[in-house]
Amino acid sequence: MSTSILTTGHSGPAKDQAMARRLGERRKRTDRILLWLALLATLIGLAFLISILATLLWRGLAAMNLTVFTEVTRPPGSGGGLLNAIVGTLIQTGIGTLVGTPIGLLVGTYLAEYSQGTKLGGAVRFVSDILLSAPSILVGLFIYQLMVLPFGGFSGIAGAMALAVIVIPIVVRTTEDMLQLIPSTLREAAMALGAPKWKMVLLVCYPAVRPGLITGALLGVARIAGETAPLLFTSLGNLTWSTDLTQAMSSLPVTIYAYAGSPYEDWVDLAWTGALLITFGVLLINIIARYVLRQRR
Amino acid sequence: MTPSMTAQRSRSALGDRIFAGLCRGAGIFVLVLLGAIIVELFIGGLPAFRAFGLGFVWGENWDPVAEEFGALVPIYGTIVTSIMALLMAVPAAFGIAYFLTEIAPMRLRQPVGTAVELLAAVPSIIYGMWGFFVIVPIMARYVQPAVIDTIGELPFIGALFSGPPFGTGIFTASLILAIMIIPFIAATMRDVFHTVPPVFKESAYGLGCTRWEVMWNIVIPYTRKSVAGGIMLGLGRALGETLAVTFVIGNANRIATSLFAPGNTIASLVALEFGEAEADSMKLSALLALGFILFVLSFIVLATSRLMLRPRAGH
Repeated sequence: MSTSILTTGHSGPAKDQAMARRLGERRKRTDRILLWLALLATLIGLAFLISILATLLWRGLAAMNLTVFTEVTRPPGSGGGLLNAIVGTLIQTGIGTLVGTPIGLLVGTYLAEYSQGTKLGGAVRFVSDILLSAPSILVGLFIYQLMVLPFGGFSGIAGAMALAVIVIPIVVRTTEDMLQLIPSTLREAAMALGAPKWKMVLLVCYPAVRPGLITGALLGVARIAGETAPLLFTSLGNLTWSTDLTQAMSSLPVTIYAYAGSPYEDWVDLAWTGALLITFGVLLINIIARYVLRQRR
Repeated sequence: MTPSMTAQRSRSALGDRIFAGLCRGAGIFVLVLLGAIIVELFIGGLPAFRAFGLGFVWGENWDPVAEEFGALVPIYGTIVTSIMALLMAVPAAFGIAYFLTEIAPMRLRQPVGTAVELLAAVPSIIYGMWGFFVIVPIMARYVQPAVIDTIGELPFIGALFSGPPFGTGIFTASLILAIMIIPFIAATMRDVFHTVPPVFKESAYGLGCTRWEVMWNIVIPYTRKSVAGGIMLGLGRALGETLAVTFVIGNANRIATSLFAPGNTIASLVALEFGEAEADSMKLSALLALGFILFVLSFIVLATSRLMLRPRAGH
């Protein structure tokens, strides 16, 4: 189909009824074929989602029991659980979010409230968008160079910092988008009452978009909880119990990576259980983030 | 003006200066962060760049024992898997976006759209595991033998589909990458299609256009640039994806004609070999140099994508 249908109407297929019918049928046929193709593409996409979730449930529930949450990782053949990996992921994700979110919030505020029309604002927005999509493995290599090599070894804090770098651009994006939804009349009202700009931002703008800000932080958590590549080079993984931030620290994704590629059947089973935990955790946080945002609208 | 009023004035002016300074400082910090990533990767890779010169980019060897390193094979693997993933993902993503904006009944649009977005939220290591345990056996047992016996027998293009059916390899890695980036591209396309003013579409429908004609003649021309930007964004994802590829690519440092042969990508090679690289070794430097090359590749793709996608609202 081309634009000719739109532009050559005046020459009138109506002059030749048979030709008009043929043309109409061809157009309808094209439309129907593409409709089915689009439907097929959507069904295939959904089939992948269902296949992934079903495989996770099927293989993950097989090895799921209480010891997964109460015992640390053990050598193959001797049972054990994922406790250290779960705790390690919670610690590193927690610190990463706590460090990355405030910085991202400030950057987003700068872009929405202070940078109008400045070159610096344009540059910050551009760089933040690059960071948002930059390969996470490079963030891992960067923190390895910056923190692991100079300070003599893999550490939980290095892992947390790598995750913080990944959180920042996510929070920047949601903060800026949310602040821009605020009608300017609200800002003007606060200014007219004599409020200084910082009070306007902190006491009027932030509360007005609080659900959006929470959503941004939650999306950040959901993204970094499943990150593996940056942790391979920073917190490395640890098969024993450790909550010492200066030592190598275990995490669910890295443990899954190590176990899934191992030749031991019980390790592979545990990897599936870990995969089930992390995926449903991440999806749940995503759904909560959406729910928080929708509450307001 | 009373003294107390003046004091209050100056206090709020101070508050303003501090808060504005904090925000600006955070913005500058982001710039420094990106700069630091580039510089650290380059410094780390410098010994390798010095030792092998430009030959590092064109060298085919990856021999840790002889300390000879070349990046050609992983660069080739990265580009081939990403392009093949795009070829598979773009039509599928377009179909999903078309379905979600023009075809699906209103009641279905939200749940199906959310499902697509959830697919984008699944961690990449899960795609890798799923690919390794579910897709690879299917490829090895059914798909690859069938293709090798049919298309593989043809002259010329047969060479692309020859060799033993390992299940893993360049083609399987591309397929997993495609499945991973479909939801990203589909979600971007859907959002972009929504920016078309309804009156344009309504006018075309009013003239008697079919849904496809509206899509092809109105929506696509209007959004062409942003759609290309969304595709580039998917390409950026594919270039740097690590875990999903590492599981299924087979990890071999050679360029084979057959797409079913094992290979590697920059990210998969770095992830797999990093554990054996000692501090201050030439191997570590070569891996960091690979990281620098990957950064340059992704930066070009992502910057292009950013320039193509329309500037965000209000700017």
